[in-house]
Amino acid sequence: MSSSTTTLLDAQEIYGGYGGADILKGTNLRANADEIVVIVGPNGAGKSTAMKAIFGLVKIRTGKVLFQGEDITNAKPEQMVRRGIAYVPQEQNVFPSLTVQENLEMGGYLMTDDLKPRMEKVYDLFPKLAERRRQPAGLMSGGERQLVAMGRALMVDPKLLMLDEPTAGLSPKLIDETFERIKEINAQGIGVLMVEQNAKQALAIASRGYVLATGANRHEDTGPNLLANPEVAEMFLGG
Amino acid sequence: MNDILQILIYGMVLGSVLSMGAIGVSMIFGILRFAHFAHGDFMTLGAYIGLTFIAVMGLSPWFALPAAMIGMAVVAVVIDQLLYRRIRRTQPVILLISSFGMALILRSLIQLIWGSENQTYASGIQFPWRLDVLGGLRIKPDHVWIVLISLGLVAGVHLFLTRTRMGKAMRAMSDNMDLALVSGIPAERVIIVTWIIGGALAAAAGVFLGIDTRLHPVMGWTTLLPVFAAAILGGIGRPYGAIVGGMVIGISMEMSTLFISAAYKPAVAFAIMVVMLIFRPQGIFKGTL
Repeated sequence: MSSSTTTLLDAQEIYGGYGGADILKGTNLRANADEIVVIVGPNGAGKSTAMKAIFGLVKIRTGKVLFQGEDITNAKPEQMVRRGIAYVPQEQNVFPSLTVQENLEMGGYLMTDDLKPRMEKVYDLFPKLAERRRQPAGLMSGGERQLVAMGRALMVDPKLLMLDEPTAGLSPKLIDETFERIKEINAQGIGVLMVEQNAKQALAIASRGYVLATGANRHEDTGPNLLANPEVAEMFLGG
Repeated sequence: MNDILQILIYGMVLGSVLSMGAIGVSMIFGILRFAHFAHGDFMTLGAYIGLTFIAVMGLSPWFALPAAMIGMAVVAVVIDQLLYRRIRRTQPVILLISSFGMALILRSLIQLIWGSENQTYASGIQFPWRLDVLGGLRIKPDHVWIVLISLGLVAGVHLFLTRTRMGKAMRAMSDNMDLALVSGIPAERVIIVTWIIGGALAAAAGVFLGIDTRLHPVMGWTTLLPVFAAAILGGIGRPYGAIVGGMVIGISMEMSTLFISAAYKPAVAFAIMVVMLIFRPQGIFKGTL
């Protein structure tokens, strides 16, 4: 296929779970560097599990995950980070007793070069964090904490940023702002793969979207097309 | 008044010993998620390693201290790699019971190697300094050194935890294990450094205890309870809390002798620990318990 050179992430027919019955039952996901890819679906569809499986946190029983054409199935998170994949979990995604700056440093732990330029890049993107660099992350608001979490992930200059429900628990104003930031990150050439509960808004900024149900792909299309699809609207977007 | 000051000094000496042990217990709990029951016997072994350097090389206890700390750091890492590493992925209770077994093994080994009778680093009586301005307060030079060296070690731990990449990684792992993993922080390397620091500080606690009193194979085991009390009081998983906890427990234990028999000192530590666990189990500094 001609697209194989531009495909960043390619998860093919993955099955797996937490040791019991499979939660993922033949999930397929792809993401390119210039894309924002959104995964939506009902609770228990395996959206978060799919992200964790790609990042090596949930065991893949069968199936393959390719990153830039190389097999990374079940690789350790450390190797994922080294290859340029960064992952932001949904909850508890900061180090609460560490300052904002220390959180960023930990994001860049594996980087052997000077972290300062990387840190400045994050502060340019999120100026709010620069003002609070000496404040413990645990004392910040939910929205600010989400910025710290994304900032930590960006410290490795990732090629792919995976976000698990980045807007969960945020006010409508902060949700808009977070999506704006995600667009900016993507504009820098970083591919974004995210799970979102705010499906309508997320699909509106998405290049492509996947609808997962019971661990398998139900629909795959461009963001606008999914939004326009009556079946999708009825099933997952609340009519 | 004079009595109280005098006892305060003893309390600070005991507090220094407890802090050295409690920092290790707290860090190990924060990063490895289990209560390390062999920590008291780490202290004992550290004290006896010091004794060997004193006896064989003729070092003074103060010069034997760094040697004992290095020796115990090595032993701690070896024990981790031989025993704890193999059961790292099991339930915490298995690690806890294993560390209890390790405590018994170490104590028996110590008895086998060094004998079970009381021993001392130096014979003879040390003459205390008399401070006439403070109403004839007597201060033993050893006590001053114990408190000062402890302060130095605490400052060293503080600088390590706040200024170095590895130190920050230790705090990060203690804060949020999963996120540390996701960030690519090498857990095994952080664990080894944790044992190096925990082992070295346990040896310092043991040597201090040996300088202050005498050496005996159960010296560490009988100190374990107040060490745990100090770690819990400070908020387990919080090394700074352990320092405060150690001082509070040490001073409370010594102060209690003004009112009750000295035999009840450990009971005072136990009482503080129980009250803390009932009313504020997360400790003064909000630990991870």
